[in-house]
Amino acid sequence: MAKEYETVIGLEVHVELATKTKIFCGCSTAFGAAPNTQTCPVCTGMPGALPVLNKQVLEYAIAVGLATNCDITRYGKFDRKNYFYPDNPQNYQISQLYLPICKKGSIEIETQAGGKKKIGIHEIHMEEDAGKMIHDAWEEWSLVDYNRSGVPLIEIVSEPDMRSAEEVIAYLEKLRLVIQYLGASDCKLQEGSMRADVNLSIREVGATELGTRTEMKNLNSFKAIARAIEGERARQIDLIEEGKAVVLETRRWDDAKGESYSMRSKEDAQDYRYFPDPDLVPIVVSDAMLEEIKAKQPEFRTEKMARYKEEYDIPDYDIDIITSSKHMADLFEATVAICNQPKKVSNWLMGETMRLMNEKEIEPQDLSFSPENLAKLIALVDSKAINSSVAKEVFEVMFTQDIDPNEYVEENGLQTINDEGALRKTIEEVITNNPQSVKDYHNGKEKAIGFLVGQTMKAMKGKADPGMINRILKELI
Amino acid sequence: MANIINDETIEYVGILAKLELSDEEKEQAKRDMGRMLDYIDKLGELDTEGVEPMSHIFPMQNVFREDGITNTDTRGELLANAPEEKDGMFAVPRTFE
Ligand SMILES: [Zn+2]
Repeated sequence: MAKEYETVIGLEVHVELATKTKIFCGCSTAFGAAPNTQTCPVCTGMPGALPVLNKQVLEYAIAVGLATNCDITRYGKFDRKNYFYPDNPQNYQISQLYLPICKKGSIEIETQAGGKKKIGIHEIHMEEDAGKMIHDAWEEWSLVDYNRSGVPLIEIVSEPDMRSAEEVIAYLEKLRLVIQYLGASDCKLQEGSMRADVNLSIREVGATELGTRTEMKNLNSFKAIARAIEGERARQIDLIEEGKAVVLETRRWDDAKGESYSMRSKEDAQDYRYFPDPDLVPIVVSDAMLEEIKAKQPEFRTEKMARYKEEYDIPDYDIDIITSSKHMADLFEATVAICNQPKKVSNWLMGETMRLMNEKEIEPQDLSFSPENLAKLIALVDSKAINSSVAKEVFEVMFTQDIDPNEYVEENGLQTINDEGALRKTIEEVITNNPQSVKDYHNGKEKAIGFLVGQTMKAMKGKADPGMINRILKELI
Repeated sequence: MANIINDETIEYVGILAKLELSDEEKEQAKRDMGRMLDYIDKLGELDTEGVEPMSHIFPMQNVFREDGITNTDTRGELLANAPEEKDGMFAVPRTFE
């Protein structure tokens, strides 16, 4: 009988914090600047430069720790992790080994079977990001850009508590949502502001000892993570079945090929010789500091869902979708604050917004239209200045360009024509031109009126109020 | 000398430090490292029972900066230190990830 195996997975998740400046210097963290234009002696490792901790980094790290039920370390410090690589100009990365800021936390995920499962968080520590290397296949050079060097990161290290790709993704989604609600990061896997390394080992079902693990890097999407987990599980099982040993090593996932390869080299001894960084003084988290951060914690999803149920008359399904993204929930609340029509705002989000998001493959956090403009659009429909199909057209433009719907409608002459005389004249023409439909209607075919409304709308170039057309039509035939 | 550094250790330290040493330099380095370790061992003679490990020599804590941009583009100065430069970046011998 074939042996049955269990996959044991732990994650190391790096999250780029949403600070304006780097962790130890006043250089901007803005994305997309020309290479090396956001650098200084500190983040390029010049001798004698003195790093000073950005207070916001500490506050975000503590906030994430509190939101994930961690113990906050009251006396902390930074350590140097020593290694040579061109993206690391100091020849050490400032990180935390001995006294990480947060320890022993957990988050709860929903399993596929519908149950709940607690995933332990071993620790969260603060550290600096490295620079970016550009390897050109045809050049003898590698190029280094230090704009990212010193960008603040937190590394969230889980316990090896996950058993499947589904659990890993549920954990990552939950973590991402919590961090987005805190505003501590936008957590975009594709852009690298959230990066997950997967530690995976295999053991026979029932075994208590952990097998030898590997660490998988270069996973840029949830799909890639799921594929890498399946691939690595199969690779390790093959090795074990062939009687070979799994080697403790770091592997790089190639998602296009669907396989991984070892990143180990003889010259690369994994010996980081950590020691306390003498440039940075200890961090003492006082009760007052902790209370201040606790007081600033936002309303998280569960609380938000409960409040929506209480305050707004919208379906649970809508609440579930809207609160599954902090940005969408913000958009919803801000729009409702202006127009006070939760049901209509929710309809726009659940209907056209979701449709266009799917069509254009846009994540909820990247929605770019403003609450002001959505409220204006709702007002335009309410006042019958435009009809609902024109509103959808306007929304589609708003969705990509965040135009002011009032101006757009004005400029493009999209207002509903409320001139009853003109409408009456058009309808009379439609009736004359479509005697068959009129006859059908009189013979009891209710549907025929729909055709006549359509013809009228067409003649009015879509700018008529369907209610008014209906009324006049019924009056005239 | 109480601490004797063997060939294997000096080889390993060489790899970590990315240094290529001649046989003569290796012998010299072995002697120097042994003496350094002897000196460090002196500290072990002290009774540190119940003393918290110190991570910083000054009686200071919580030195922070506010999250505001203070630095401007000084790429010209930075790249003046680069042995080789290309497209506003440091050019280094080709490295693989
Ligand atoms: Zn800097």
